[in-house]
Order: sequence, then structure tokens, then C-alpha cells
Amino acid sequence: MENKPGALMRVTGLLSQRGYNIESLTVARTLDPTLSRMTITVDVEPQIRAQVIKQMNKLINVLQATDVTEAPAVNRELVLVRVRTTQQNRTAVLREAEIFTARVVDSTTEGFALEATGDPEKLDEFIDVMRSYGDIEVTRSGVVSMSLENKKLRLSPPIPRGAAPEEAFELTTEP
Amino acid sequence: MSSNLLSGAKILLNCLRRENVDCIFGYPGGVTLPLYDALYDYPIRHVLVRHEQNAAFAAQGYARATGKVGVCCATSGPGATNLVTGLVDAMMDSIPIVALTGQVSSKLMGSDAFQEADTFGITRSATKHNFLVKNVSELPQVVHEAFYIAASGRPGPVLIDVTKDAFQAQAHYTPVTEIHLPGYKVYSEGHSGQIRRAAQMMWEAERPFVYAGGGIVAANASDELRALVELLDAPTVCTLMGLGALPAEHPNFISLPGMHGSYAANMGMTNTDLIIALGVRFDDRVTGRLAAFAPHAKVIHVDIDPAEIGKNRHADLPIVGDVKRVVPKLVAELKELAPSMQAKNAQARQAWWKQIREWKEEHPLVAETSATEIKPQHLMAEIDRLSGGRAIVTSDVGQHQMWAAQLIRFNEPRLWINSGGLGSMGFGLPAAIGAQFARPDKLVFAIVGDGGFQMSIPELATIMNHSLPIKIIVMNNGYLGMVRQWQSLFYNNRLSQVDLTCFPDVEKLAAAYGFKGKTVEKVEEMPKALAEAAHEPGPYLLNVKVSPNENVFPMVPAGGAINEMVLRPPQPVEV
Repeated sequence: MENKPGALMRVTGLLSQRGYNIESLTVARTLDPTLSRMTITVDVEPQIRAQVIKQMNKLINVLQATDVTEAPAVNRELVLVRVRTTQQNRTAVLREAEIFTARVVDSTTEGFALEATGDPEKLDEFIDVMRSYGDIEVTRSGVVSMSLENKKLRLSPPIPRGAAPEEAFELTTEP
Repeated sequence: MSSNLLSGAKILLNCLRRENVDCIFGYPGGVTLPLYDALYDYPIRHVLVRHEQNAAFAAQGYARATGKVGVCCATSGPGATNLVTGLVDAMMDSIPIVALTGQVSSKLMGSDAFQEADTFGITRSATKHNFLVKNVSELPQVVHEAFYIAASGRPGPVLIDVTKDAFQAQAHYTPVTEIHLPGYKVYSEGHSGQIRRAAQMMWEAERPFVYAGGGIVAANASDELRALVELLDAPTVCTLMGLGALPAEHPNFISLPGMHGSYAANMGMTNTDLIIALGVRFDDRVTGRLAAFAPHAKVIHVDIDPAEIGKNRHADLPIVGDVKRVVPKLVAELKELAPSMQAKNAQARQAWWKQIREWKEEHPLVAETSATEIKPQHLMAEIDRLSGGRAIVTSDVGQHQMWAAQLIRFNEPRLWINSGGLGSMGFGLPAAIGAQFARPDKLVFAIVGDGGFQMSIPELATIMNHSLPIKIIVMNNGYLGMVRQWQSLFYNNRLSQVDLTCFPDVEKLAAAYGFKGKTVEKVEEMPKALAEAAHEPGPYLLNVKVSPNENVFPMVPAGGAINEMVLRPPQPVEV
């Protein structure tokens, strides 16, 4: 979508207007700084999904909306976990972290801060495992997704507009 | 240097002129002072309404009567929030209007400044698109984008919120010759393969049925529709938004379908084997209970909005495109296929027409009359007689709207102007103002109920100000009629808060504003009073006291299938 004020509100508005709760939402600009890419996770019944996607595609600021629920796509999320752990469990926690290829981003006598990426289900497991070692605190980034289909973004061409430039201009020049 | 340095307000007006705007319906206020100052000696007509909601309705009346983009203007805060009903109304009926609103200075935004409201946020879902302009340099681009978006594709309302400092700032004005809307897609041509298949389906059908709507009117595609209907010789219904798309006197025209549609229209829809849906949205007021709607029919659905296809009813053959472009292609394909296919189902189609005619005769839509009281249907029949299918008729929502839609003929598109989708009371009178400005040559009737009229009374001043010869016909039954109808039919006749018996003396009311008004109660005086109103060179306010307890029939009860119509008032049951 276009990287413009209000664009995000239009997309989320379409969902909130129908009473849907957004489970996760990520948005950031693309290679082209005038455009952003957004990934939304929302629980919508399959029959309504196509309608919602069509409505999103109608939004002026949206270049393309696609449903990747069943399409070939990579879905990844990042999670930060702070786990408080006893002295005896420290090595066990690190070993578990290694299994999930999580990185240690902070280490104190109280425990660790870990960073893991992966698909959301795998992160759920990671969080469950960490919880078994002690009190945890979790921040998830929300899913980012990339379609693996070969779809080219179709942009509408510029539209010529208005009468000959001079006409109206003459009339109202400041004295 | 200073020669092409203009204020934002003047730049805005220049852009409006380049969009051929000749009339703005508006109401000034604090932050739009710079705009109104620029307007003071600028050659664009401004119509001062008496409430911003009516500015939006009048802009719609203008747009609906002409197809051009209507323009309304309001100040920040309450001005902008007052526009909202008119915007949503335009959204629901796909009417192209551009609303200009002032906003507090950009540095005050978010500080709860005097008359500040989040207009951009509030109108997000009320518009097809909206803009917030804080920088004068964006103004030309935005104005031209707004007009393009409003009028193209499926039309709709667009709002431009401009901060006071953007109105005041000076900038070099370079007219925009090109706009960029990379994400805005307009589908117009239709898929040629689908069009060919649709034509085949049409010839193959034994009981084809054309269901035409507001999309035909919006696209100015009445002639194209007529060509298709005549070639196929299909019975045709026009929706509430589509009345006039096919002339009411056309032999193929039945009536409007749906909740208050005719018996023939709804039986036709229920029994057809092919619905040819053109510029319609299968609205719940048309389909009744969806699961029971047109159970034997395949559906060809042509619409410019891809989101309408399959939204309510599955389309067996969807065509996304502009009916103006697609329908002639359908006609061409039909002609090409005619030699080999036209004769195929000729017999079945004759039988279909025979059946339709029988339904029409069985339960025709005729105006009831009485010797002792003015039946509302009788009033509509008299208005119809005066109009002859040629006058512009506006309405609010409710019983008067349904009787007008059933009984007044519209032989051209853009004559019937009503609040269809949103069903806004107080729409008809201000819409008539816009329509009369747009079409000074036309006789304009504003048919309103006694409820809706009381929401529009302030605009009598606007009408008088501009000596608009609008004929305001109040269908006065002393009730909020449609709500009373439902209370009496479905809520044990417990009439809750629908009594409107306190009503102003219209003769005095009209006189207070400086024009003629009259109340008519006797049935024998009604036709003459109506003719007198119609022939009055200026505005006229006619209050017609009709039978208070009349209900609109046929009626499909909420949740019912459209062939389960209640055709006439239920007889009293002994308890």
C-alpha cells in the first residue's frame, strides 16, 4: 500500500467495521520508500475472507491485497522472551534455546533475554518450553509474510486531468 | 514573482473551476473564512443552505439529477460532523459528491482546539476516499484526485479536509495536468469471453429476467439497457435506485421488485431461470430471504465493483465492468448469435410472457381511491398524472417513498431522486433544491412525509432565497407511517412514539417564509389543489391530509421470501 497517513486506518477500519479482532499486524516500508507492506493476521470465516480482500483492494491507497492463508508463502515472526531462571537451570535453558535456534540477547544473574524467529506455531512451542523454567515475559512482533507466487504488482497509469492550464489561472491572479 | 502567488483558498477555487464546478452548497464558519473570502468575488455560485446535512443532500440532488459531481462545503467540527449523514447516504447510493471541510490550523490539530473534530477519521468509513491537506502545495493534486475518484468507477463521496493555514498560505500555482493513483483500479471493459458466454446463456434461457439498478443510471446507460431488453424481449424490473433506467411506459417494464415490489415483479424473480443483473447489488430489500431468492435461476451479474460480485448471491457468470461498455457488447454478441439461437426457446418465452402478464393482471399496482378520504395512493396517482413521467420527484424514506416508487411513472433516468440505501429522513426537500438548481427547466416535486418534512423545515428559507419553484407535497398521515405500519403489523398495534399530530399550519408557515402554502383535506379538492401547486410559478407547500392508517402493500415481511408477499391489509381476526 501507499506509505501515506491514514492508509493503515483504512485497512484496519475495514476489519473493525465488521467486528473482527486483529490478532497481529506488521507494517513497514518497502524498497520503494513511497510504499509499505503490511501483514495482517485475523480470524475471518472463509466465505467472508474473499469479500474482505475485495474490499481492501478497493481502497485507493492499497495497491494489492492477497490472502495467503492457503497460498504458498513464508510466514515468520520474531519473539523476545525474558526468562527468570534458577542457577541450576541456566544450562538447560540455553540448551532449549539452541534447539529453537534462539539467540541470547541479554544475560543477568536473574536469567536471560532470548530472541527467536520462526513460524508462529514454532514460537508458541518455544514460549511454552521457556515458561516451564520460570516466570517469563514475552513480546511478539506479529507475523510478516511473503508470498512465493509469481505475482506482479499492477499499478494504474497516470490519468490526464483538467482543462488547458492557462484558462482558469488567468482569472484569479492576485492583484 | 507575486504574479502567480495565490492563497490556498484561491488555488482550491481555481481547481474547482477546472473541474467545471458551477455550484457549491455550503455553510461558512471560522476556519473556512479564508475560503469564503476568496469566494466573495469568484465566479462560482454558492448556495447558502441552513444546515450542513442539507448541503450534502442538496449536492446529491444536483449530482443525481445530472450525473455531474455535486459539491458541498462545511466548516470544521460541527460543520463537518453535520455532513456525515449526507456522506454515508451518498456512499450507500453510489452518488458522486465532493465535500470540502475546513480544519483547524495544522499546529492546533490534536489540541482540542475550538471547533476541532477528527474529520479525517470520522469520515473514513463514510466516504469512498478522503484527504487531509495540511500543506498548500498538495492542494491541486488532491482536488483533481478527489473529483476523479468521486466520479469514476463506482461513484461515491470524497471528502477533502483542509487546514486553515493551508487555505491562507501563499503558493505558486501550477495547474495539475496529470494525477497518480497507482492503487485505484477502474474496471470498465468486461471480459470478452464472459460477455460471449453471457449472450449464449441469454438466448438459452427459457424465462430470462432483467434486474436493472442504480448502476445503469450512474453510467448513463439507459439507451444501452433498452437495446438489450428489446432485443432479448425480456421482462424487466428496475430497483428503487434504477427507476427510470427503462421508461416506466416501456412494455417490458414491470415495476420495482422486492419488499414493496409488485406481485408480478417478485413472482417473475422467483420463477425465472436466468437473472440478468445489471448494476445492482442484490440488496436485502430486493432479495428478501436470500436462501429462498430466485431458487431456479442462474445469475449473470454485471457490475463495475468487483466486491459486489458474489457478495450476496452467487454469480454463475460474473462480468466486472461498466454497464455502459459491457451492455452494448452483450447486444452485439446477442445479435451475432441470434440467427442460430433466437428461435430456439421462442415458445417457452412466449409462455413466460403470458405468465408474467397473468401475474400483472392478477395483482396490478393500482392506486386505491376513496370517496370520503384522500388515500395516499390516490395522491401519488394525481402527482403521476401531473408529471406524465417527466417531472423530477424527490422523496425521503418510508411509506410515501414506497407509494411514490410504485405509482409514479418515470420515463427517463435521473427523475426519481430518493434516499435508497441509507434511508435518510429529511433527504427529499434539500435534494430537490440541488435538483432544481441543476435542472431549472424541470418541474420538481419534493414528496415528503410529515415526519421528514419537519426535519427539513429550515431549508424553506433556502428555497425562498433563490425563488426555487419546488412543489413540496407533504403526505401527511399524522404518523411516522412506516414505523407505525410495522408496529401495527408485527408489534400488536402497540403504537410507540409514532404520533405526529402536532403539525404546523402550512399556510402560515409558507407565508412566514414568503410563499404560498395550503392544506387540503377533502378528496374532491385534492386534484385541483395539486394542479394549482404545480402551476404556481414559485415555490409551493401543499399539505395533504391522507388516511392515517393506510399501509403499503404488497409487502414482504422481514425475513420472508419475496414470493410470500402480503398482498393486502390483513382482515380483522375475531378473538
